[in-house]
Amino acid sequence: MALYNDTVMEHFMNPRNVGEIENPDGKGIYGSPVCGDMMQVTLSIDENDVITDAKFKTFGCGSAIASSSMATELIKGMTVEKALEVSNEKIVEELGGLPAVKIHCSMLAEHAIKNAIYDYAQSHGKEYAGLEGYDPDAEHHDDCDDDEESGCSSCGN
Amino acid sequence: MRNVYLDYSATTPVKEQVVKEMVPYFTEHFGNPSSLYAPGLEAKQGLVTARQRVAELINAEPEEIYFTSCGTEADNWVLEGVADAFKEKGNHIITSKIEHHAILHTCQYLEKFGVEVTYLDVDEEGFVRPEDLEAAIRDNTILVSIMMVNNEIGTVEPIRELARVAHDHGVLFHTDAVQAIGNVPVDVKNLEVDFISMSAHKIYGPKGVGALYKRKGIQIPNLIHGGGQERKKRAGTENTAGIVGFGKAAELARLNLHSHINHSSKLRAMLWDRIEKEIPDILLNGPKDFSKRHPGNLNIALSYIEGESVLLMLDLNGISVSTGSACSSESLGSSHVLDAIGVPVTKANGAIRITVGDNTTEEDVDYVVDTLKQVVAKLRELSPVNGAEGW
Repeated sequence: MALYNDTVMEHFMNPRNVGEIENPDGKGIYGSPVCGDMMQVTLSIDENDVITDAKFKTFGCGSAIASSSMATELIKGMTVEKALEVSNEKIVEELGGLPAVKIHCSMLAEHAIKNAIYDYAQSHGKEYAGLEGYDPDAEHHDDCDDDEESGCSSCGN
Repeated sequence: MRNVYLDYSATTPVKEQVVKEMVPYFTEHFGNPSSLYAPGLEAKQGLVTARQRVAELINAEPEEIYFTSCGTEADNWVLEGVADAFKEKGNHIITSKIEHHAILHTCQYLEKFGVEVTYLDVDEEGFVRPEDLEAAIRDNTILVSIMMVNNEIGTVEPIRELARVAHDHGVLFHTDAVQAIGNVPVDVKNLEVDFISMSAHKIYGPKGVGALYKRKGIQIPNLIHGGGQERKKRAGTENTAGIVGFGKAAELARLNLHSHINHSSKLRAMLWDRIEKEIPDILLNGPKDFSKRHPGNLNIALSYIEGESVLLMLDLNGISVSTGSACSSESLGSSHVLDAIGVPVTKANGAIRITVGDNTTEEDVDYVVDTLKQVVAKLRELSPVNGAEGW
């Protein structure tokens, strides 16, 4: 009996791509410790728009860490356009499923990656269809604060 | 792999002597205690002995003990019963912000029916201040309910003093002593309380059985309606084996009280000494004076990491502890207790509760600290949060 399946546990115990790239081409942070989860993604992107390396650091529960590991694995070697299509559903699917209450943890990874790509697009003067209308400051933890009663509706915190 | 259970406040293993006394009540003495023939009377005798033993644990009279299905039922019974029985006198109940949900959610339920509830603040170590209680009492106050020992941070409340304040104003006093019995001395004659909730499975007895102590002379309506069991106060065929088990566990808890307290506090001190020295950036939640704390309890906030990750990694190493933090497996949302004592959410998210008990050994303590050090280091390496950024 375990809370998570073997794939999730394997990624949690042996997370891939942990760390921070020095002088990254793109860097994104999403969430905050107040909300109970936070992820930082750094990317190396070559002249052909291919993600050659991705590294993460995550504060969060088992599924947040496993989602971070899986998501960074998925986008390595992808073009930026393709990486923007990696949805949280895709991350959950690759992990073989997450408990219903933990689905939001995969959102963390999707958003942190998008933020890192947004940062890359801004600093390199690029535009991507997948970023159209994207607001990196839109937090899913809109209503997250220190008040117990009015916590984050999507993560329960 | 070594298995180390360190969550004795969640539940305890049933002692072998307890199981041994219970078994015949499933098989030989299976009769209904309400039946008048021999097998029924044998079962009834089991209840008599158990009632005596539970009464002795808290220095009460056997006729003041009513068996229930759990501690939660006893809590519900007192709150709902007093609210009903004293509705002519008033509709105000006083409790604290750090009570168990068995109290808090019952109070919220009663609020729907017009009962007014004051939730007292506690200090930074979780203590209810008698002067705050005094100030909150009104003419229409009918009950004060304050837990004896907090389940998360181990605070031992000044129950005798608080009960005195309530009684000076003619108000009844209830205490949820589920975490207290077997861990601190509980003497109803000394404490002068009117109601006490208890549970068997926290004192090495079985799950599914609790009890309410109700001081002689106080009448409240029943919670569970039906047959005439428990002197017509709590209907439903008695959980004979469970009650017998509770009785044996209560007897052992009384006889072993001091050795249990000594053993637990010694190991808890060893655990804390090592953790405090060897793991940086931690915070002890709850009383710093261990003499005012549950003898086995530690609640530690580990900065920069999240509690569930710690729990999972410890679990993979055979160690069971609990967390009241945000992403804990069953209950999302941070701990109302840590919130009430002013622990910032960023720290509360990384809080774990460790409770040692009778089966814990010194080797367990060393194994846990060695493992916890590695787990914390590994998760901190993974974390984007660090002290330099002010978290």
